[in-house]
Amino acid sequence: MPNTDQDRQLMLRTIGVESLDDLIQVIPAQVRYPRLDLPEPLTEMELMAELRSMAEENTDAEHFSYFLGAGSYHHHVPAAVSQLLLRSELYTAYTPYQPEISQGTLQAAFEFQSMICSLMGMEVSNASMYDGATAMAEAALMAVAATRRDKVVVSGRVHPQYMSVLNSYMSSRGVKVVASSVGCRDGMVVEDDLAALLASDSACCIVQQPDFLGGVRDLSRLADRTHEVGALFIISADPISLGMLKSPGEWGADIAVGEGQGLGAPMSYGGPYLGLLATRERLVRLMPGRLVGEAYDHRGRRGFVLTLQAREQHIRREKATSNICTSEQLLATGAAIYLALLGPGGLRQVAKLCYDKAHHAASRIASVDGYQIVDAGPFFNEFVVHCPLPPAEVNQLLLEDKIVGGYDLSGFGPGFEDCMLLCATETNTATQIDALVGALAKAAATTGGTR
Amino acid sequence: MTEPLLSELKRSGRVGHALPAGDVPEAEQLPEGLRRERLDLPELSESQVVRHFVHLSSMNYGVDTGFYPLGSCTMKYNPKFSEEIARWPGFAAIHPFQPEKTAQGALRLMYELQRLLGEITGLPAVTLQPSAGAHGELTGMLMVRAYHQHRGDRKRTKVLIPDSAHGTNPATATMCGYSTVPLKSDNRGNVDLEALRALVDEETAALMLTMPNTLGLFDEHMLEIAEIVHSAGALLYGDGANLNALLGIAKPADLGFDVLHINLHKTFATPHGGGGPGAGPVAAREFMAAYLPVPVVKRRDEGGRGDARGGEGGGAPGPAADLGSYCLSWEVPHTIGQVRSFYGSFGVLVRAYAYIRALGADGLRKVGENAILNANYLRVRLQQAYEVPYPRPCMHEFVLSGRRQKAVGVRTLDIAKRLIDFGYHPPTVYFPLIVEEAMMVEPTETESKETLDAFADAMLAIAREAEEKPEVVREAPVTTVIGRLDEAAAARQPKLHW
Repeated sequence: MPNTDQDRQLMLRTIGVESLDDLIQVIPAQVRYPRLDLPEPLTEMELMAELRSMAEENTDAEHFSYFLGAGSYHHHVPAAVSQLLLRSELYTAYTPYQPEISQGTLQAAFEFQSMICSLMGMEVSNASMYDGATAMAEAALMAVAATRRDKVVVSGRVHPQYMSVLNSYMSSRGVKVVASSVGCRDGMVVEDDLAALLASDSACCIVQQPDFLGGVRDLSRLADRTHEVGALFIISADPISLGMLKSPGEWGADIAVGEGQGLGAPMSYGGPYLGLLATRERLVRLMPGRLVGEAYDHRGRRGFVLTLQAREQHIRREKATSNICTSEQLLATGAAIYLALLGPGGLRQVAKLCYDKAHHAASRIASVDGYQIVDAGPFFNEFVVHCPLPPAEVNQLLLEDKIVGGYDLSGFGPGFEDCMLLCATETNTATQIDALVGALAKAAATTGGTR
Repeated sequence: MTEPLLSELKRSGRVGHALPAGDVPEAEQLPEGLRRERLDLPELSESQVVRHFVHLSSMNYGVDTGFYPLGSCTMKYNPKFSEEIARWPGFAAIHPFQPEKTAQGALRLMYELQRLLGEITGLPAVTLQPSAGAHGELTGMLMVRAYHQHRGDRKRTKVLIPDSAHGTNPATATMCGYSTVPLKSDNRGNVDLEALRALVDEETAALMLTMPNTLGLFDEHMLEIAEIVHSAGALLYGDGANLNALLGIAKPADLGFDVLHINLHKTFATPHGGGGPGAGPVAAREFMAAYLPVPVVKRRDEGGRGDARGGEGGGAPGPAADLGSYCLSWEVPHTIGQVRSFYGSFGVLVRAYAYIRALGADGLRKVGENAILNANYLRVRLQQAYEVPYPRPCMHEFVLSGRRQKAVGVRTLDIAKRLIDFGYHPPTVYFPLIVEEAMMVEPTETESKETLDAFADAMLAIAREAEEKPEVVREAPVTTVIGRLDEAAAARQPKLHW
């Protein structure tokens, strides 16, 4: 706070009052100036020491190898992404309400939209949502509005937290969420289940690809069935996997959503993340969130503006498509930088490295006594392992070898007791995989007798 | 100079980032039907990409560039220590599902932030999960709904919203399944008490109130409003966008608020990123704790069990799970569920925590005081040339009307664009909707008297230009890379990708 006492006196005199108190007489005296029980202030040096000790209490991916995914992934973030996001003209700006001095944010958003369309195989992308889970819930609301139906059919193999968020968003709107089974461990009944649940009152069918367990499915029949009943097909996709996998657009999705964290954002204990939402042109006016479009000035120079704002809360108020305002622009800019750096070849390579390493890890683990790969068909970079002891205990033991193990699937559904979801990305080396295999064998051996 | 698009810079064969060769055997390919063929992304070198985005950044205006009095947005200086701290691997390279005992520092930070925000607002039941202000509104209003429903009070179907409110308020009420009833303001910029008494009834779920309101005014009947709302059995929801004015000066709980969202990217100095990430924690009275979204961060000696939800935590409590340790608790009896994945915008929470710890109680009170002083000073300096529709002391911001200038053919939009030529970010314009040709000015506490004086001089100069050579104002801006863009044409035939 730069004002000196002398400044403050001069300012009070200009205002024509004696003290600051004179300006806040409107606040009832009995509540004015409450006591705040807060810790003493810290200088930058003290603050950094204190926070450093908190940071060091955490196990992090620079010191441990991570085989944990389940919706948050340890990918390499190119230095150029981190450096460019420190341009404070970008990170200290507000939402670009004044386009003449916001072309940086606006053009980056336009480029982000363009590349997300391309990746998803869709025609329009917005400039970001909060995260993958809320993007899925908002896509369901779009489908409800587009079809005027109030039943949402969703695969039991979407991320369990996305399911939870979907329920939170739908319940107050009186929209019914009908979830398929999670499927059996090595069967593929989820698609059949979903197809059976779809009916003429369904607003949409929501699936995740790769699904929560890493599986990649042929979705063409489900897409057809969804369209037969007049519902919208919604696919939640991991954008990194789209360096290899058929895009939501190619599968016939009407709306594609996803978590964009893998595109240049750190795991950061779960946020801030980047919600992706793209769709077909015919649905553009039902979309939530900011959209950036091309525009021209009177001299014919090209620029970019926030557009189709008649959908949004600041214009339409209670009739808006969503209440979303601030979303995740800086992460969207980061994703644009990431995709521009990698290009098509780089993204294909990252996807292939993730795929190869996960398959290598899976085949190595399959040969360790006590562990079985739960074979649910083709997978991308996550797979299910049945463990000889509870996954939580396995993970506990892996930590001794500086390994953060997989997601405990014990509560995921019937048949997944003692199962763990493991993940590999381009950051996992062959040496790390060897160490994981060794540590798993050790875990099975040391406690094998107890069960 | 405008900047070409990435798609206009590309050349086949360029690579901007090299990846290591595979060190494991190649796996058998996926079946052909699952693989993609085409992937259209630009091909560029690293230096091209870097120059491109540096050029773009130079076409942007941030708080670090200059004065940014964008009303309702609290564009205060964002301390640099936060940017370093949030990027430390101990905060940035940690996974939301790693075992709780390996994330005690992160959980402690969140636990303490919950407590600090509870203390500052007087509302002790805190969730850090919402990702932005509007998301906090959604969370808070879903809690309001759960509260009434749990009491079996199902006839409350409407939400009262003042005509000065942010657009997110009515949009949120709709998302929560409520109908909205607009509430008019009186001629002193307060909620019209008679209108409130007439509208509030046993069907009212809540009044959504911004305090200070979007005119920058503290309501002269604040405690009476709360009394009226509560005696009808409704709750008072607080839109905390303007909390900066109350820091250390009044606790929202003492003003009668039951639930409040807080914009960490406004009040607590985390950068806005050009449109996010933000964070919109919700703070509520103790009786609302039963409706909080899950999970909440607890200490084990307060009954937190943690790692309890069928492996959500990915690890067993283990021997390190002593009573002083922290955990994610999924046990909230009537929870509204989750409102986003994981636990919130953790990186933003780290920055806000650092800011509060740097300031302490005295520092926060000085924030509130200086924000109010700066706004009143600017208001008084500008009132000679611009109409002040509510001429009484303001809080952290104030609203001008450009009516006088409109009479000579210069609109508020023109004034805003002319300010750009003077090197300033314009105020919020045409909001709130109840003021004609509105300009909403919020200087914040981090600006000096010299900056305020220079800005006031520019505003006064523009007022003179409006009288003497209005075409100069109408043709602004002339100093930017691009002139005013034809937004109507852009919306008629939207071009949303290259």
